[in-house]
Amino acid sequence: MQLKTQTRPKVLTVQVMEDRIDAATAIQFKERMRDITKTGDQRVVLDLARVQFLDSSGLGAIVAVKKMLGPDRPLELSGLTATVEKVFRLTRMDSIFTIHPTVDVAVSHATGT
Amino acid sequence: MQPAPDPFAQADTHDLVIRAEPTSVRAALLRVTAVAPVADLSADLRATVELVLAEVLNNVAEHAYADNPGHVAVTVALQPGALWCEVVDEGGAMPGGALPDGRLPEMGASDVDLPEGGFGWHLIRLMTRDLQYRRQRGANRLNFIIPLQD
Repeated sequence: MQLKTQTRPKVLTVQVMEDRIDAATAIQFKERMRDITKTGDQRVVLDLARVQFLDSSGLGAIVAVKKMLGPDRPLELSGLTATVEKVFRLTRMDSIFTIHPTVDVAVSHATGT
Repeated sequence: MQPAPDPFAQADTHDLVIRAEPTSVRAALLRVTAVAPVADLSADLRATVELVLAEVLNNVAEHAYADNPGHVAVTVALQPGALWCEVVDEGGAMPGGALPDGRLPEMGASDVDLPEGGFGWHLIRLMTRDLQYRRQRGANRLNFIIPLQD
């Protein structure tokens, strides 16, 4: 599970470099996210623009990361592809995440500029 | 005498048997969506088929074969207006002999209560029709169709 991070003063962006988050990689994804967010207190933007497939295990892992980060460190999403957006919509999980069209929009929101 | 023609032995049918574990499930999904009949569907329908089969096969791996790993057989066949699907495994029976109702899990009052699972059968039920489950001679047989209207 390859994740690319970029640290800014007020936002940490994490780009998923894989085309799937599924039952085979959900646990690995969760563990990598835990390592990446161990330090720092910025907002976290998870960019899913490269992810073409997400199953309910992958969705559960993203929810678990949100819970792990807690209420003071929001997890926001960006770049949902059609299939990923569909999974969020059908499970109504789109209502509990702030979802930005692109990572650039997400960053400008997060920094308030 | 000629044997009766096998109604599914045609180019618009695809079947395969895999080990029921996540890496094999992923390989099976990539295979099923890359060849006829699923490969000929629209991108949106291919995604639906992939998601439904992912949820069904991961359930088999995680629950039916929770104690003893085993194999699962998948067949997809093109019918007028629908993709017919069958998934057969020899793992444990569905609890209570029936499929979960697929109700969306409770969202909870705050983030700590958010559900991390229980979405699978909700997604399957939303995207399929004519779901049927039978337990026969030590095997689980799940049938459903996926409507092909975008």
